Amino acid sequence: MATSVLGQAGTAAATAHHEQTGLWSWLTTVDHKRIGVMYGASAFLFFLIGGLEALLIRWQLAKPDNNFLSPEAYNQLFTMHGTTMIFLGVMPMSAMFFNYMIPLHIGARDVAFPRLNAFSLWVFLLGGIFLNASFLLGAAPDGGWFGYANLSSKQYSPGLNMDFWAMGLQILGIASLAAGVNFFVTILNMRAPGMKLMRMPMFVWASFITQLLILLSFPVITVALIFLMFDRLFGTNFFTPATGGDPMLWQHLFWIFGHPEVYILILPSFGIISEIMPVFSRKPLFGYSAMVFATAFIAFLGFGVWSHHMFSTGMGPFADTFFSLATMLIAIPTGVKIFNWLGTAWGGSIQMKTPMYFALGFLAMFTMGGISGVMHSAAPADLQQTDSYFVVAHFHYVLFGGAIFALTAGAYYWWPKMFGHMLDEGIGKLHFWLMFIAFNLTFFPMHIVGLHGMPRRVYTYPAGLGFEVWNQIETVGALLLGLSQLVFMWNWWVSARKATPAPADPWGGATLEWAIPSPPQVFNFGEVPTVASREPLWDWRRAAGGKLPEPPRVSGAGIHLPPNSFWPLLAAFGVTFIFISFMLMARFGPWPMIASASLLFLSIFNWAFEPTH
Amino acid sequence: MPVLPFARGVSLRSPWWRRLPLLALLLLVPAVAAAQTYPQSTLIPKGDFADLVDGVFWTTMWWGLLVFVLVEGALLFVIFRYRGRPDDPEPEQVHGNTMAEILWTAIPAVILAMIAVPTVRAIFKTYEQPTGDILKVEVVGHQWWWEFRYPELGLTTANELHVPRGKAVSLKMTTTDVLHSWWSPQFAAKRDVFPNRSTTLWFSARETGNWSGQCAEFCGIQHGRMGFRVIVDEPAEYDRFIGTLRASAAPPVRADSTGLQVTKLGAQAPGVAPDPLLAEGEKLFTNKGCIGCHSLNAAKPVGIGPNLAGIGSRTYLAAGWLENTDANLARWIREPQAVKEGVLMPNLGVTEPEAKALVAYLRSHK
Repeated sequence: MATSVLGQAGTAAATAHHEQTGLWSWLTTVDHKRIGVMYGASAFLFFLIGGLEALLIRWQLAKPDNNFLSPEAYNQLFTMHGTTMIFLGVMPMSAMFFNYMIPLHIGARDVAFPRLNAFSLWVFLLGGIFLNASFLLGAAPDGGWFGYANLSSKQYSPGLNMDFWAMGLQILGIASLAAGVNFFVTILNMRAPGMKLMRMPMFVWASFITQLLILLSFPVITVALIFLMFDRLFGTNFFTPATGGDPMLWQHLFWIFGHPEVYILILPSFGIISEIMPVFSRKPLFGYSAMVFATAFIAFLGFGVWSHHMFSTGMGPFADTFFSLATMLIAIPTGVKIFNWLGTAWGGSIQMKTPMYFALGFLAMFTMGGISGVMHSAAPADLQQTDSYFVVAHFHYVLFGGAIFALTAGAYYWWPKMFGHMLDEGIGKLHFWLMFIAFNLTFFPMHIVGLHGMPRRVYTYPAGLGFEVWNQIETVGALLLGLSQLVFMWNWWVSARKATPAPADPWGGATLEWAIPSPPQVFNFGEVPTVASREPLWDWRRAAGGKLPEPPRVSGAGIHLPPNSFWPLLAAFGVTFIFISFMLMARFGPWPMIASASLLFLSIFNWAFEPTH
Repeated sequence: MPVLPFARGVSLRSPWWRRLPLLALLLLVPAVAAAQTYPQSTLIPKGDFADLVDGVFWTTMWWGLLVFVLVEGALLFVIFRYRGRPDDPEPEQVHGNTMAEILWTAIPAVILAMIAVPTVRAIFKTYEQPTGDILKVEVVGHQWWWEFRYPELGLTTANELHVPRGKAVSLKMTTTDVLHSWWSPQFAAKRDVFPNRSTTLWFSARETGNWSGQCAEFCGIQHGRMGFRVIVDEPAEYDRFIGTLRASAAPPVRADSTGLQVTKLGAQAPGVAPDPLLAEGEKLFTNKGCIGCHSLNAAKPVGIGPNLAGIGSRTYLAAGWLENTDANLARWIREPQAVKEGVLMPNLGVTEPEAKALVAYLRSHK
């Protein structure tokens, strides 16, 4: 077992670990840090694509009765915008931090199943490319990210569009489930000595609960997608009303997945904020235990509120009451978290660095998203708000004002650790203010037009309903929001050129990743640390009576690391080809499927018998 | 690193007047809001169901605003009050405060209870169908238009629902194809329609006028153009409208040469020579195939396309958004795919003079 051999206990035969280079080393890597970086890079690329889709949408809506986009193009763009941002943007950005930070936070040398980790990355990346490849055929999914039956049926969506969607989401689901198992086991089994569950960093707790949500909710969407796939390709009738199928079944299955999915998107961000607030307030997290239980409670309740997405279906007064009250209940643990973050900063010594700007921006914006969430938990009020722009405003305050602000905070916070140099503070603050103002310009007016009767998912709107000015403001905001992302990338470039070397602990951090050099060596910890509290670094610093010395780079000779493997990548191709084969079946028969399945089998076989020593 | 004037300009330590542009931007919101009119607003209810919903909305709104001010205020206070410098001594290491945590669990719970009670009360009311002297209406969603039936009268119309002011209207709703959602912001909020079941809604309108509504559940390529109108009439005016539909159902019949009984032309006063343009339009309505999808008889809906009884006096075309002028009607007939791309009505190769005749003919149905 890897961690049983400490760094200094090397044998004569052991050699030092050197940083690998070259494309091949990246394609075959099983190092959680490299996999994390690739997750982040691909997620940001998809985030930019989703952002471009949003800009096209905003350009179309900038004036009434516009025909910049055809209705079909618009429907494809809004479907892909939602699908991309959720499954290819925010989730894999969180996965970047899971990958990079969980092992460092818990004092491990890698995740529990390093090759499975590589497999998750490649399946996600190929799934994302597959989904976007639909644009090349002019057949991008056009039924909404929620893919409601029976519009998604072959009868009403005869093209390849929704096949791409159903297959793409199944591919991505496999990536998420594999990663979910991996991090779940990693967190339970790979913690450093002394790190009891209630000493884990809050980010690890949030990640742990997120994996639970993934493991419990993704099977539900998988079932729904398989039903849809069979309806579309093999003529079954799960959702066909004419033959006794029920479109309502889709809604229940989708939202039993879909609501926990919301927490899958936001809980990792809660974790990031819970790391940043204490460090930049120079005070421990306020009410740690309450934060842990609040997170768990949010996740638990998250499975009991799905039908609040369906108030307008007329489920009857008792169902409406149950789901209204359950939804309101979620505001309590969420409130506890917000107050505890405020309590963390209260009485602290707040250091206004860029990560803290974004964290405070998160607090301000997420609070607004939470409040509008409570507003449509009231079922009667939701009868006006659902499917209007008010809801669009709400979830962008939660997912952009919340998740994206928090993920950006995390990027500024951990950048020095990941890349060994500091990001520029001045550009960082410019980035924050531009993004903060542009964000509000884009999404605040959506509350107003929504309440004044503008429905969602419409490719245009008539003049004279009072929507024009607000939509213009939103479009200007969206362009500035796009610009703010360019400022972010400009910061990467400027900072990489300047390359101000980052010390091991630039912020005065509390958690284990700050005890090792920036960037970490391939084996993370020369010697696996022993943990005695929630803020091990602060303990050590106090014991040392001041700053800790820079940790030296060590040879790491004798530390066992799993060797690179090509099979995860090949297996990922096998999985992707299997789903493509479903779409080719009508034309080419079973042969593509037989070839793809053989590739997958071969890869897994070789993977299983590959020597790891 | 070059000095960034903008980043310094809005830093939290800059004097207050540096932040003026930001404040001006915030004031812009109410200024712009005040300058607009919102004919499709949920905030200007004109019926009892919408009033009920509006009451719940404002309950959540005021409590939400209170929470917003308190939390964002506390956040700003913390940022300004506890701002430190890197060389400041370490602040007191507080790990929590049980009393505070109990309080900020309990206070939100109380606020939520204040919202929950009126919410639950309103939920049950939304499901109480009106009884007694009511008008029953059946709503049928189609890709991408709305059919309205008066089952007690055996009459059908499309895209413009006429109701008498003050009368309780009970809606029973379904769809022939995919899911839609009938959203009438001023009167009844919204309810989804399903192909294999019926859903209900009710309202009573208190102000006459022509109000817009829209499909709110994504339903395909023309979801954006699936509007409708709710036209609230004084009772006498409403009776006149129903009279028009009734008349379309019982026209004095004149069999034409093919034996088809499709005409309403006989309704012209005796002694008046039939208008050749109308006769031409009537013929085209059959020959161009319009009649395959559209009925001019409110008692005999064809169902594929909207019933056209009374089309001459409708206010809008193409599902509630295109003004019913002769020019728009002619264009709609000639090139529906250009007016509303993807609509199920095909371009039928109607020429300009033919369209003119058809417009004249349809215009006569009022």
